[in-house]
Amino acid sequence: MTAKGMVIIDENRCKGCGLCLAVCPVHILKLADGRFNTRGYRPVEITDPEACTGCAMCAIICPDVVFTVYRRRARRGQPAPPPTG
Amino acid sequence: MATGQDIPPDMEPVYQYPESLTSRFTHYCPGCTHGVIHRLIAEVIDELGIRERTVGVAPVGCAVLAYDYFNLDFCEAAHGRAPAMATGIKRVSPDTVVFTYQGDGDLAAIGTAEIIHAANRGELITTIFVNNAIYGMTGGQMAPTTLPGQVTTSSPGGRDVRMAGWPIKMAELIGVLPGAAYVTRQAVLDVPGIRRAKQAIRLAFRVQLAGLGFSMVEILSTCNTNWGLSPLEALEWAKAHMVPYYPLGDTKVADAVRALMEQA
Amino acid sequence: MARELWEGNMAIAEAAVRAGLEAFFGYPITPQTEILEYLSRRLPELGRVFLQAESEVASINMVYGAACAGARVMTSSSSPGISLMQEGFSYIACSEVPAVVVNLMRGGPGLGNVAPSQGDYFQAVKMAGHGDFHPIVLAPGSIQEAIDLTILAFDLADRYRTLAMIVADGSLGQMMEPAEMPPMRPVRPPGERPPWALTGARGRLPNVITSLYLAEEDLEQVNLRLQAKLRRIAANEVRWKEYATDDAELLIVAFGTVGRICQTVVREARAKGLKAGLLRPVTLWPFPSTRIAELAARVRGMLVVEMNAGQMLEDVRLAVEARCPVRFYGRLGGMIPLPDEILPQLEAMDAEV
Repeated sequence: MTAKGMVIIDENRCKGCGLCLAVCPVHILKLADGRFNTRGYRPVEITDPEACTGCAMCAIICPDVVFTVYRRRARRGQPAPPPTG
Repeated sequence: MATGQDIPPDMEPVYQYPESLTSRFTHYCPGCTHGVIHRLIAEVIDELGIRERTVGVAPVGCAVLAYDYFNLDFCEAAHGRAPAMATGIKRVSPDTVVFTYQGDGDLAAIGTAEIIHAANRGELITTIFVNNAIYGMTGGQMAPTTLPGQVTTSSPGGRDVRMAGWPIKMAELIGVLPGAAYVTRQAVLDVPGIRRAKQAIRLAFRVQLAGLGFSMVEILSTCNTNWGLSPLEALEWAKAHMVPYYPLGDTKVADAVRALMEQA
Repeated sequence: MARELWEGNMAIAEAAVRAGLEAFFGYPITPQTEILEYLSRRLPELGRVFLQAESEVASINMVYGAACAGARVMTSSSSPGISLMQEGFSYIACSEVPAVVVNLMRGGPGLGNVAPSQGDYFQAVKMAGHGDFHPIVLAPGSIQEAIDLTILAFDLADRYRTLAMIVADGSLGQMMEPAEMPPMRPVRPPGERPPWALTGARGRLPNVITSLYLAEEDLEQVNLRLQAKLRRIAANEVRWKEYATDDAELLIVAFGTVGRICQTVVREARAKGLKAGLLRPVTLWPFPSTRIAELAARVRGMLVVEMNAGQMLEDVRLAVEARCPVRFYGRLGGMIPLPDEILPQLEAMDAEV
């Protein structure tokens, strides 16, 4: 796996509002087709995990704390970029 | 929250569920930015390490159940009275960090006296004021912040300022009071704005911790359900219509707050 | 401790301080402003909290907040100001936090006047706010009793986690009498606040204080719990005073200042050979209904005297259940009924019942 980042989606928290779709710079989020979460919403899905940069914009716009975001540690012992905000 | 997925060892968390939120699902409509603002407050409280000494005061309005969502000591005030209740808490427990979370009906209509006097006394509390230009919980009536011409269920022909007066600019109104140390207006309508809003919330809490005076962050927010828009359209509508009337930025930064900003 | 000359308002204020009052929030209104003025000097010198609020609405919500934080807290006001506080009373009752309120009643309705009145009996006892609740209502008849009941109000408010209200009138507030002040009790340190208080969730789950229960089943359970508590209070905390009731054939029922005036009436009636007695309720809620019912079985009649149009009268009638005739004499608008007016009422009743 070579992705720079990784998001974990707590899909039962998702209300399918779609705000994350609009802010994802690599356009790898979509709402599920024909599938619903336990609360009856079409949850967000990731279409191409390898393309994720770990920018956390989805987490920043999400009103329902659906996303946990990881970023691959920088090489040569450099620290990862600071957390969001 | 991460469940059932292996995290490669060289991956570091950059965004995790804040400790200052409970795991409860919110009752807010899909796309409602109350959830974003809750999260920002929780992140700031976590980062400042003050969760175990913070007390929140919830309003009447859509955020009436905020106490279910914050992993903090909390109480629920009568409509508009959160600043008075927060005053009572802070005065008898000066070591606690006290904040109110209020909507536009709560703060700018029924609670106008309480917010102005709390600010004017320089109460060492922080107010998060969510302005979405409408009464959300009761189903979309005209708020004190409803824009001129804006159609609501109680201004069906659009807000007529000759009859209903003008939308109140609370950040400007509070900003002129000597007791207010830090007052700002922010918006959670896009990622850069959300980042700035979080910085403002952090500063507002730091102002309280430093004992510099009253602090308030007005946050332009959306109510897509009662505006009759999709969540995304609501963000755009707020940018197009609310931001021009309610300009973003600080309306009060006391000298001591400026010094505090430079420390950070 | 020695007896000293105390003015009623100041006596109530100092008694609250001695009871461990940590914070006072209030707004000036005649005839109780001396309480606020006294505490504006006294509390800061003791390092405690005094704040003059922007309104009675703000005062009671500051009280609500401080009570949620677990502090011993009080406000005082007079009739119009108490009306403004009623929203807060209801929240405090439902949230089950302790608080003490003093109402020095004045003539009403409306802005009325500043003269002594008992026109807020119904408000205090029957409908202190929206929803099903009663505060504990204490009605002193002298300055010594005002001191003692102020201390008791804090203890009862704490014990039952409820609102305790002291009701008196401006005549009691502004007269002077010798009275003994109890010794100063220590203030509870902030570190020893009750376990339910909002102090920050350190090493425990968060405490939440609310009066919102959206599910009907939940709110019914809350109400059932509140009602059970009210029944406990009613069973344990009824207080009253009796004068010359052992052989009384005619019983006067009167509270507060009027109760005190009626002691004179009883004395004068006895001097004329009338076997009169007096029952003075000290708690207006809970009301001494059981004792009044007992006395109704053996007196020829009762005369209720109040500074209103007949409010406690209804509770007396409910207790008497027609076992004996119940007559009423009242003055309105801040007028005080005097022994010379009350005694003829008693004599007329003696002739008719």
